[in-house]
Order: sequence, then structure tokens, then C-alpha cells
Amino acid sequence: MSAKTLGAVRRKFAPWDDPSATPLIEIRNLTKRFGDFTAVDHVSLKIYEREFFALLGPSGCGKTTLMRMLAGFEDPSAGEILIGGQSMNSIPPHKRPVNMMFQSYALFPHMTVEKNIAFGLEMDKLPKGEIEEKNIAFGLEMDKLPKGEIEARVKDMLRLVKLEPFAARKPHQLSGGQRQRVALARALAKRPKVLLLDEPLGALDKKLREETQFELLDLQMQLGMTFIIVTHDQDEAMTMADRIAVMDKGQFIQISSPAELYEQPNTKYIADFIGDINLIEGRVTHNERGRVTLDSDMTGGHIDVHAETTTGLGDKAWFALRPEKASLSLLPPNDPSTNCARGTVWDIGYVGDLSVYHIRLDQGGTMRASIANTSRVVERPITWEDPVYITWAPDSGVILLK
Amino acid sequence: MARQTNHRWIVTFIPYLWMLALFLIPFLIVLKISFSATVIAQPPYDPVFDFLIDSWTESVEKFNSLGLDNYRRLFSDSIYISSYLSSLWIAASSTFIMLFIAYPIAYGMARAPKSIRPTLVMLVILPFWTSFLIRVYAWITILSEEGLLNNFLVGLGIIDEPLQILSTNTAVYIGILYSYLPFMVLPLYSTLEKMDESLVEAAKDLGCTAIGAFWRVTFPLSLPGVIAGCFLVFIPVVGEFVIPDLLGGSDTVMIGKTMWEEFFNNRDWPAASAVAIALLIVLMIPIMIFQSNEARQQETR
Repeated sequence: MSAKTLGAVRRKFAPWDDPSATPLIEIRNLTKRFGDFTAVDHVSLKIYEREFFALLGPSGCGKTTLMRMLAGFEDPSAGEILIGGQSMNSIPPHKRPVNMMFQSYALFPHMTVEKNIAFGLEMDKLPKGEIEEKNIAFGLEMDKLPKGEIEARVKDMLRLVKLEPFAARKPHQLSGGQRQRVALARALAKRPKVLLLDEPLGALDKKLREETQFELLDLQMQLGMTFIIVTHDQDEAMTMADRIAVMDKGQFIQISSPAELYEQPNTKYIADFIGDINLIEGRVTHNERGRVTLDSDMTGGHIDVHAETTTGLGDKAWFALRPEKASLSLLPPNDPSTNCARGTVWDIGYVGDLSVYHIRLDQGGTMRASIANTSRVVERPITWEDPVYITWAPDSGVILLK
Repeated sequence: MARQTNHRWIVTFIPYLWMLALFLIPFLIVLKISFSATVIAQPPYDPVFDFLIDSWTESVEKFNSLGLDNYRRLFSDSIYISSYLSSLWIAASSTFIMLFIAYPIAYGMARAPKSIRPTLVMLVILPFWTSFLIRVYAWITILSEEGLLNNFLVGLGIIDEPLQILSTNTAVYIGILYSYLPFMVLPLYSTLEKMDESLVEAAKDLGCTAIGAFWRVTFPLSLPGVIAGCFLVFIPVVGEFVIPDLLGGSDTVMIGKTMWEEFFNNRDWPAASAVAIALLIVLMIPIMIFQSNEARQQETR
């Protein structure tokens, strides 16, 4: 599948905006407590068929606990999980139409690659729904898979993850990347409705991780499965997921598409967690028809923002501006109403594709502006110690209230 | 550099010296006695080598008088064969029973909260703080006709007459199971404890029931512990002497006891030595299997 068609399909895919769409997974008010500690705190979520959904958050935010409840390894303290309309609360892991790829891969060390992949297929009963079916029919598919069928499916899986030559090896004879692919093949072999991936790329090095991200995406499109991935790596989530739920302290802070998460963060936490951000504190002096004005001590002036917000006059608010949306100039802007802050170049971080300028504002505080390095060997027009003006358009940032 | 090499050489040499002085030389002495003839003398076998006095020809002559008579006797007198078989049987069956007792204990320990695991290990090791001999003696007072167990059962009215447990094979089994249980539990515990719990979860996730996951994943992966535990128990139990002597009756035949009788009652040192050497050969086979298993383990790790 070429990247082009992939993109085209992805752009159109947004069942969460369609109120008539039936979710494949519905999480209702789910809570998990371990003693006094609340790992997952009253969360609700709908995940749709064929969606690539990411649970993103720092360690200890509850994302893994949530995934383990989906797989059936933890019982919820309160609330409910429905898969295909059926409550999972009393369904043990081996009867759920989900499979999980473990962070440690959890490959059976005493079995060959082939046996590992065949493991799920060789179980006597096959209650897990096939993806082709519309409903999960528990108990209807209780017959054993014929041996030839198992072999054929294992072969398919080996081909899918490009491990055919390694079929007879034991896990300890494989590299990290190969093990990861065995774990993936084993989890996919039963063609579950939902594949849960717990930090699937965590143990791989950077280069391999990036390659594997696209492989996973491709695979998910090809198989038409629902993938739910748990990760603490925002790049991973942004690259792969249709939607991302950012978790903190057991709760969802924001659930939206990667672009929305980046451009429309709903809190300072999200703005700061995803990518780089300038947060400028100020007081609202004007709020009318999508035009907000903020008075900020930090920039020493007004900031005009095109944004719809409920804030009242005099309220404290933050203007969030991504560094790449700010421009730098040695001269003051021609139009005095342009959003502007004056400062001195304090430091320049060269990242390769872009340079990040750290500007000490005259009023104190710092702002960052990142400028793409579009030409190769040109001397920087702006350099250390230069007094500069940072400017930005009224629609280049958002107003955050908390 | 040269100096350091010398030091290293000493460090590696000391264990070998230890083995040579305390294992190989005594073994060779026993081996030599096993080829000697019984005589009423001090020491009670012939010939006695004395390299300081004997001339070369005398030594050669003495060497030539060594023979396999004692070993032939092992096969001609049924007491030896039946002792060996009975010992192997008692050791094998008690090892097997012990596996069934120890596995759930070890499994429970390995799945216990991490904070209390050291305490549980401690409790398993605790009996070693008292001498083995004293613990076996304690069983006499428990199992005897007027002992704790019988008094308890009679007191409860479960039985009218005290049970004859002491001086039977049952008492020997109880003694062996009790004494050797830690040697089975500890290796099992250490393999089960090291096992990644997500393996069992993965098995369940792929459609296994809890019992299925145990037999397909947990048990096969604990086999090294099972094998280690079985050998650690089986090998010493075959040669066990104290337990059958103290708890068993006259019909309890075990090779350790037979050897003891040859040595102390009959003062037949050569016969006792031959019994010991033959026992060693019998046990060499499982020990070698055990060692090759260990080596294979190391490879896969």
C-alpha cells in the first residue's frame, strides 16, 4: 500500500465525529483503585472500528492499567467496558475478542517462533471473534481449528512480519527487532477485533522504531483491525494514531486527533506535554465575537488573538504560541497593532532542520522561536546578542484558561 | 605480571588440592579396600600396603592379590540387590511424592507479595537451624505408640488403638519427606520466582484457561527447577542411613543401612567398601544426567 492511498483514507476517517456511528469499544465511567491509589479515575471513551487509538501519558498516569482492564488482566473497581456492545466485566481474558502485544513481548522461551505464533490458534476453543464478523459470537465458534489451517495461518503471519527464515528458531536466538515482530505476529494470528499494544516499540533503537511505526500503520490498514497503543512517546503517538487520549493522574486530559492536540490544546498541560510551547500569561481586556485581547506584563503590551473563549474580562489567561509560528525580525513591525515582543537573542539551538532561538524579553522571561534552515550555507541574519522583535499573527496561537 | 599469574594459579589450585586430599584420596583408599580380602586383624582387611617398609616385589605381590570377590558377592547375595532396589524405590517414590507437595508450596511462595517472599524462604530454611539428627529423633516421639500423634488421635476418638507407625516404611517416608522438602522447594521456588508473569498473561490472552496456561507455559518453564529439585532429593535419599535406622523397622532395607551393618556389625570393611563403590556408580548415572542438564541450561541462558 502506497503512502498516498494511506493518507487519503486516513484523511476521511473520523467516525468519532459521526453521532450515528456505533463504537466498537465503549468505556463507561471506568475506575480502578489499588488500595488508596486510584490508577484510573472515572474515564469514559468510545473507540471505533479500524481506529488506531493511542493512550499517551507519563509513566504512572494509568494508561497501562486501562489497557490491562481492556485485556482482562485487571478487574475494574467501578464502571464498565463494552466490546461490540457486550459487557466485558465478567469475561476472563481468554474469552475476550482482544489480543495483546506485551511490552516485554512475553514470548514463550521454550517454543520456536512457529510454535509461539501457533499458540493461540492451537487452543481448543476459538471464542475470539474473527474480524470479518459483525458480532462477536461467544460460544458459537467452539470447534478446533484444523491442523492445516493453523499451519497456513502461521505461514501467513510469518510472511506478514517477514520472519519466514526464522520459523524454527527459539526467541533467544533472535534480535530485539525480530522478537518484536514475533510478538506482533502471535498477537495478530487469531485475528482479534482489537489489538492492544503496550509500548510496542519501547525496546527498539530509534531508527528501527521509526521504520516499525510505519510498518505497524501499514499493517493496521491492511488488516482493518482496531489498534490501541499505549505509549509515553508523543512522536510515536502523533505519527501513528488517528486519535490520542492524553492521560494524567488516571484521567483523560484531552482526546483528539494529533493535529488538533497540537494546534488546539485544551490546557497548559497538553500544550506543554505535546511539542514545544511559549506560554504567555496575561489578563483578558477584551472578548467579543472571536476577538480576544490579552494584556501581558511579559511582552509589555497587548496580544490580539482570534479565538472563541468563555473567559470574562479581567480573568487570568495564557496565550499559547508554538515556536515555529513566531517570526523574528531585526526591525520593529510596520503596523504598530501587530502582536510583538522585544528582546535579545540569548541562545541559538541548532537542530539541523531548524534553529531554535531563545529570546530574553526586555520585560524579563524568555520566548522561543524556531526558524527553518531552508538554505545551507548562509550566514544567519540574526545572531547572538542581537536585539530582535518577535511577531506573530492573531490566529497563530490559542487562549488557554487552565 | 608474572607474580599475578602465580597468585592466580594458587587460587585455582587450592580447591583442587582440597578435592584431592579430602575426596579423591579417601575414595582411592575405599576403592582399594573394596578389592581386598576380609581378615580377622587390625585393620580387618588384607593386604595392607606399607610403601615405607614393603619392597617393590612385595608391593607388586600385594597388588596382585587384590580381587573382585567382594563385588561378586554383591551379585550373589540377594540382600545387596534387594537393598539397592529398595533404596532406589524408596528414593524415587518419595521424590515423586515430594514434588507434589513442594510444587504448590513453591508456587504459592513465588506468587506471594514480593515483600513477604524473603520471610517465606526463611521459614523453609528454618528447620536447618536444628540438627538433622535431632529433628529425626523428634519424629520418634511424635510417631511412637505413646507419641504425640497417637495420643492426639486417640484423644479425639478417631482411633481406639494406637497406630503402629514408628518402625515401619511409613515412618521412613514421613522422615524423608519432612527432612528433604526444603531441597525440593528451594530450586522450584527459584525458577518459578524468576519466571516473567506476563508469560502466563500472554497465554491467557491467547485463549488459555488458567489451568491450560499452567501446563503449557508455567510447568514446562519450571522443568529445570523440577529436575534440580528431584536430583537434590533423590541422590542423598538413596544413600540415606539415619532415617531408616531411626524410624524404620527391621523390614526396612536401605543400602545405607546395609552398608553400616557390614561395616560396624560384621566388621567386613571390604564388603562395605564394595557396597559404597557400587552405590557411587549407581548414583553417577543420575548425577551425570543432572550435570548435562545444567550445562544445557547454561547454554540457553
